[in-house]
Amino acid sequence: MNTALQSVPDIYRILPEVILTLTGVWIMLMDAAMKPSKSRRSLGWVGAFGVTAALYASLGQLSMPAGTAFFGTVQTDAFSVFFHVLICGIVLIALLLSLDTLPADQHHRGEYFALMVFGAVGMCLLTSAVELLVVFIALEISSISTYILAGYRKNTGKGPEAAIKYFLLGSFATGFLLYGVAMIFGATGTTQINDIAALIPVAKSPSLVLIAFALLMVGILFKVSAAPFHVWTPDVYQGAPSPVVALMSTAPKAAAFALLIRIVYGGFPMLKPMWLPLLWAVAVLSMTVGNLAALRQENVKRMLAYSSIAHAGYLLAAFAGAGTSGIAAAAFYTAAYSAMNVGIFAVITVASGYDEKLPLIGDFRGLIHRAPLLGGLILFFLISLIGIPFTGGFFGKFLSFTTASQGGAVWLPLIGLLNSGLAAAYYLKLVVSVAQTPAANSPVAPKPQIGVAAGAALAFATIATLVLGIAPSQVLGAAKASAQTFATSISAIK
Amino acid sequence: MDSMNGIILSLILIAPLVGAAVILLLPEKGKLPAIVALITSLFTFLCTLHLPAHFNSGAAGFQFVQEFTWIASPDIHYHVGVDGLSLWLVVLTGLLAPIGVLASWNSIKERTKVYYALFLVQQTAMLGVFVSLDLMLYYGFWELSLVPMAILIAMYGRNLTENSSPKAALRFFIYTFVPSAPLLVAILWLYAKTGSFDFATLQVAIGTHAFSTAALCWLAFAFLVAFAVKVPVLGLHGWLPDVFSEAPVAMAMVVAGKLGLYSLIRFHVGLFPVQARQAAPWMIALAAIGILYGACLALVQKDFWRVLAYGTIASLSFCTLGIYGFTLAGFDGAVLQTINEGVIGAALFVLLGALYERFGTSTIANYGGLAKKTPALANLFVITGLALVGLPLFNGFVGEFLVLSSTFTGVSKGWAAAATIGVILSAAYLLSLVQKIFYGPESQAVIAYPGKDLGFREQLVLWYLALIMLGIGICPNILLNGIESGVQQSAGYPTLSEQMKSNASSFVVIAQEVRKGGK
Repeated sequence: MNTALQSVPDIYRILPEVILTLTGVWIMLMDAAMKPSKSRRSLGWVGAFGVTAALYASLGQLSMPAGTAFFGTVQTDAFSVFFHVLICGIVLIALLLSLDTLPADQHHRGEYFALMVFGAVGMCLLTSAVELLVVFIALEISSISTYILAGYRKNTGKGPEAAIKYFLLGSFATGFLLYGVAMIFGATGTTQINDIAALIPVAKSPSLVLIAFALLMVGILFKVSAAPFHVWTPDVYQGAPSPVVALMSTAPKAAAFALLIRIVYGGFPMLKPMWLPLLWAVAVLSMTVGNLAALRQENVKRMLAYSSIAHAGYLLAAFAGAGTSGIAAAAFYTAAYSAMNVGIFAVITVASGYDEKLPLIGDFRGLIHRAPLLGGLILFFLISLIGIPFTGGFFGKFLSFTTASQGGAVWLPLIGLLNSGLAAAYYLKLVVSVAQTPAANSPVAPKPQIGVAAGAALAFATIATLVLGIAPSQVLGAAKASAQTFATSISAIK
Repeated sequence: MDSMNGIILSLILIAPLVGAAVILLLPEKGKLPAIVALITSLFTFLCTLHLPAHFNSGAAGFQFVQEFTWIASPDIHYHVGVDGLSLWLVVLTGLLAPIGVLASWNSIKERTKVYYALFLVQQTAMLGVFVSLDLMLYYGFWELSLVPMAILIAMYGRNLTENSSPKAALRFFIYTFVPSAPLLVAILWLYAKTGSFDFATLQVAIGTHAFSTAALCWLAFAFLVAFAVKVPVLGLHGWLPDVFSEAPVAMAMVVAGKLGLYSLIRFHVGLFPVQARQAAPWMIALAAIGILYGACLALVQKDFWRVLAYGTIASLSFCTLGIYGFTLAGFDGAVLQTINEGVIGAALFVLLGALYERFGTSTIANYGGLAKKTPALANLFVITGLALVGLPLFNGFVGEFLVLSSTFTGVSKGWAAAATIGVILSAAYLLSLVQKIFYGPESQAVIAYPGKDLGFREQLVLWYLALIMLGIGICPNILLNGIESGVQQSAGYPTLSEQMKSNASSFVVIAQEVRKGGK
């Protein structure tokens, strides 16, 4: 093991992050060097290229033996690669989407692309960090980028409101996390996630460990917008530009779920009797609160915000699974959720534009008649979100609930599936609105144009959602391999 | 042709999907999507006819089986096959597809591409339900069958401007989607305990008392409710009248009945024979009351779609009655009646659709004395009506007779009597409907009507269906032989008493005798 570790230069362990950082910096410099009147579109393509390169670099990490670098602060393994690829994929789709939908006269457009790429650096680092201070730094890198992006529509009232709300609440949450890190260090004398497990039994004060763990959970559950830490989500999603929501409703969540898995399974496996009921409660609460609140929404983005809260709940149900199966199911669900959610926001972006001409569910009435392709895609992603078989949404939910029932919690799938029945009601409101004939007196909206980049983004998301539903074996295999990372620490659970 | 046997079911499942993809790729020009859909559905129908041609009704178990691992873990297989139970239902589904296309030929004028593509996807989903032998695959098709149906009702319903079609679609979806949540939990629970989704494996595991009685009760209940909604059984039928009034004809004719009834026999009775028997008294009561309730309500409806809806509840309750009587003749009758209901219901939908297309109203009071102007329509309506009422020589008679006689001797004389009253009431509502529409004084709308009778396309469909009704009525044994071999296994043959079996076979003989007498 040691020889293998030494044979891989440290830099390769953070190669994707390095590529992303260089890409971001390059975009910033070019943005400054270019004439203000010149189109910044090419910078978006630079970003897309850099993210693709990072994605390949992550895949390349699979061929190295799993191990840590930089004094044990980052670790690459099948788990980190799985999430790296996922995050890079999402950011790539979001960039392609922004290329076509961002208005050409938008100021600071170069900055926008750079921020997306910098956000990706933080998120990727978050999935491979195994030292709590690096975790904190990674979280901040990703959060600050998304704070700024959330408020990008400066000329609207909602934009800055979203950014301020997200920033204030987000800062509190990271504050909690930082407190947790400090207390963990106080209790065990280490901030290495992998060492915590061994040191907890000899911790100076067991109650301090529990408090620290609770504070960490607050910070992470805020980031995944699980109830009861979800209140920021609808306002922020409503105010932020749609392509940004496509990114921030998926990639930072995926990274935060990766962190959650790393901390509960890697750092605190023996506390499972404590965190499992906690996560169950959060899961049930998230599903129920998310779905009930979504039922009452008229604004599409608010409705999808609540739906994403509910999906966090379905995902958390997977943690009830025994052994590594729960991790595999959670990882797979993250991928499926990301594919369909980024997809539906992509369609909404293309259909209603950057300035959101169609904010309400009723505004989508007759979309399938105006633009059959977009209408069809929105139906497809909604069907996946409802959880109809042969889509990624169904298979993810199915895996999550299978592991939960195998773990002995049959009531959890029951609550979850009844909840998805409830959820069908509000998704169907949009389905019906899209499929309905347009109202006779409604003004004829122009047919949305789909550019090459946006078309590619839609195609990626659609194919991913379909593949995850029909031929999930390969991704499932990767998810299982990534779960094996925690096999040793899980075996410590009695 | 033996080489075909291994892949024929996959071919049947894939053909409509390919057709749907072709339709989406081709331009929306005139009747092109409809023509492609017709060719596809005829081809699929031909493929389904391969099944009875090569079916060995003497052999036990499933035939035309194809199996391979779809996903290794969780252990999901692509496993398809048919037995006597599903054989004719597959053929029926294949048969109704071209009829559905022809029924939509003129009534669907806009966005025909989407319509026919979804229509064909719906076809695959329904066929998939009948042939899946892996519970997960089955559940996949079961859920998939909801989606095109709901979208088609929302997009192509009759009252799009008043929003009632989208509401009917929503109601249909929620009604059927929510009960399938407990069904999926039950399937997952079985998988968690046995590690298999395979129908036969699960049947053995449940049969060998691997589970506690309480658990089995809950599982059986979850299965029962999910299927009963789809049939629908009395009390869970709230979605049906709305869907019948709103859905396009081609969808309404396949929405009720066969999927739910097949699932009840295969998966409720087949997997949980003991629990199904415990539920039987309730189901029989619901069915008998459903027959009376449906027929009575059909009598007083002012809208002909609603007459048909309540009439359908009554005829489907016959099937339920047959299933839960747990006699072989009852099962035979139930499956046969399911097929009959599919054929007769399709014909009635085409007939009423023809009326609706011509007059644009479904209020019965607007009609009257139409027989003079459209004799062919009137004749065909009467023929179909008589088949539904159960006139000997028609298919409705055989099914009803098998169900009623087996209920009378094998189950309960009281419920059988109640159901028989339902038969009389069904004659009453149908004949009064015929009377109000086709005879009596001519109404304003009819006087104003230029007098175009059924076109060639409509006559072709309807005579074809009428021939099938007559054909099944005259020689039901073609179907019954296959059905019987299927229900014996699905119904847990060993649990049927010898007495019942001999009773059952004698009923078949009696039925044949009666039919001979009828000639």
